[in-house]
Amino acid sequence: MSILVDKNTRLLVQGITGNEGLFHTQQMLAYGTKVVAGTRPGKGGEWVLDGKVPVFDSCKAAVEATGANASIIFVAAAFAPDAIFEAADAGIPFIVCITEGVPVQDMMRVREYLDQKQVRLLGPNCPGLLTPGEAKVGIIPGNIAIPGNVGVVSRSGTLTYEVLYALKLVGMGATTCVGIGGDPINGTNFIDCLSMFEDDPRTEKVVMIGEIGGTDEEKAAQFIASKMTKPVVSFIAGQTAPPGKRMGHAGAIIEGGAGTAAEKVKALEAAGVKVAKHPEEIPSLLK
Amino acid sequence: MKLHEYQSKQIFSKYGIPIPKGRVAATATEARRIAKELGGRVVVKSQVLVGGRGKAGGIRLAKSAKEAEEVATQILGMEIKGLPVRKVLIDQAANIEQEIYLGITNDRAARRPVLMASAAGGVEIEEVARTNPEKIIKVHIDPLLGLRDYQARDIAIGIDLPKEYWKQFGDICRGLWRAYMECDATLAEINPLVILKEKSLMALDGKMLLDDNALFRHPDLAEMRDVDEEAAAETEARKYGLSFIKLDGNIGCMVNGAGLAMTTMDIVKLFGGEPANFLDIGGGAGADKVAAAMRIILSDKNVKAILFNVFGGITRCDEVAKGILAALKEVKPTIPMVVRLVGTNAEEGRKLLADAHMITAETLADAAKKSVAAAKA
Repeated sequence: MSILVDKNTRLLVQGITGNEGLFHTQQMLAYGTKVVAGTRPGKGGEWVLDGKVPVFDSCKAAVEATGANASIIFVAAAFAPDAIFEAADAGIPFIVCITEGVPVQDMMRVREYLDQKQVRLLGPNCPGLLTPGEAKVGIIPGNIAIPGNVGVVSRSGTLTYEVLYALKLVGMGATTCVGIGGDPINGTNFIDCLSMFEDDPRTEKVVMIGEIGGTDEEKAAQFIASKMTKPVVSFIAGQTAPPGKRMGHAGAIIEGGAGTAAEKVKALEAAGVKVAKHPEEIPSLLK
Repeated sequence: MKLHEYQSKQIFSKYGIPIPKGRVAATATEARRIAKELGGRVVVKSQVLVGGRGKAGGIRLAKSAKEAEEVATQILGMEIKGLPVRKVLIDQAANIEQEIYLGITNDRAARRPVLMASAAGGVEIEEVARTNPEKIIKVHIDPLLGLRDYQARDIAIGIDLPKEYWKQFGDICRGLWRAYMECDATLAEINPLVILKEKSLMALDGKMLLDDNALFRHPDLAEMRDVDEEAAAETEARKYGLSFIKLDGNIGCMVNGAGLAMTTMDIVKLFGGEPANFLDIGGGAGADKVAAAMRIILSDKNVKAILFNVFGGITRCDEVAKGILAALKEVKPTIPMVVRLVGTNAEEGRKLLADAHMITAETLADAAKKSVAAAKA
């Protein structure tokens, strides 16, 4: 078992002919993900990667022809919101947006529309997700994680890889690793993932990697305290970050004195979560 | 990106929001001339991108053109929170009856814009939020529908605004909403919006923050960036697509990925050191980017050691190692360097760096300890 993606995921790649799209499609195919179609307006009818994946002009055409049930977006930030709307209107229930730098007001409109249609979005500005041994939808390197019983959810990219790798070194594996992305407004949040992990029979413990900015970690702490039976270990990045400065991620900023690492750690500890001082401490806290 | 008060007010004015007559001056003589044109009684306001200008003495009233010149001389020589004042805004003084706060910002938790107002204007809204949260009236705006007229009216009623101002207040709210939306702002704020003795409303101050991610569709606004107001290194970093924030410590950090970069700073601190910066070189960083990053780190004379922390995922460690080698040839740093390469092609990367006289580390904790020791040596 796993959450969100598995062996039955039929994936559509939006922006498949670009450098990023093509490279990662290759990686995902090599991992065993069923990539059934790609889109690139104007290149419908072509095939990419030695005839492995057909290209369509639109999501609608791709879904009709291939029965795609998930999509991943690699198009530039200026076009990403439209790509999300297109996938949602084509009836795709799960959309992953890797693209970084999508304007926040666009994301507010996207989120409002998707909620009305009950479509789930992961990202933007995220590394996607990985169900080790089954499917990789995104850019998380497949070789740094092994199958196991730990659910991982994170706002970060390379920091998540650190954690997966640290787990692998001690023989611990993941059910699914979900990168929810570092933007202030995104599709899927901590609570969505924690709730799915709580319901997933194979997930026995959960790692949650947060960072400064916003109040999602605090809300997650409330959820953990009231709803979760499985143990959660956490790490919060940005203890030393100065207020008012955007630390790379658009969402990683301490504003008006709120969103500090100290507050998040306090809230999580109060909810019974073990909070690691640094990421390499996580495996020992899971034991 | 932050806009100056005078820039924000110019934008507000385009959207029909009344602002005082005024102009910007860079010298005291210019200030005097403008004050004279405006009739003598003016407010001289420092234009720096920090809050608390009034408390610092950077906003002062002048009763005549001559006094405006004197006040401008003083203010133009000031530093406010470390930023030198290079410009002053000379605004015609207003006859104030009441001060109101009005602003639109992104509510992350609600995932919607929120319009906020308070009858307790003029002071910092964060302060009001802390001490008297019930005095702030809020309404969330549906991003697909936009601000509705009744919502502006609800706010006017909520702050006990006298009826005769409701129509003008509605116009100002709609103008502010359009400015916020069409400029891709993350904050558009009028503090204070005043009721004048002449029985009308006017925006005496203005503040806008713009979404950096949206500047690609606003070239005119992007040009308004005041690079004098940020650290030179941050301007330089932006040119190379690097994300850089200067800090006060002595251990330079070069990392791929924002979360990992923050974590690297944290762990340096955890082991008794002080990070000199936040720096994310991003994915697939080639030699030119690594060299630029190294130059930027070394331009800070406090830096006593550099820590490279790279987790190769899609970014390959051998590529980063080549970047480091090329950069070393160009920059020739004399301070100790600690390098940790993990993940894709890490072994190849380490081999490439074997002759570069760098201290190597296996784990994150080990890398942090070694760089703290190196900086102290």
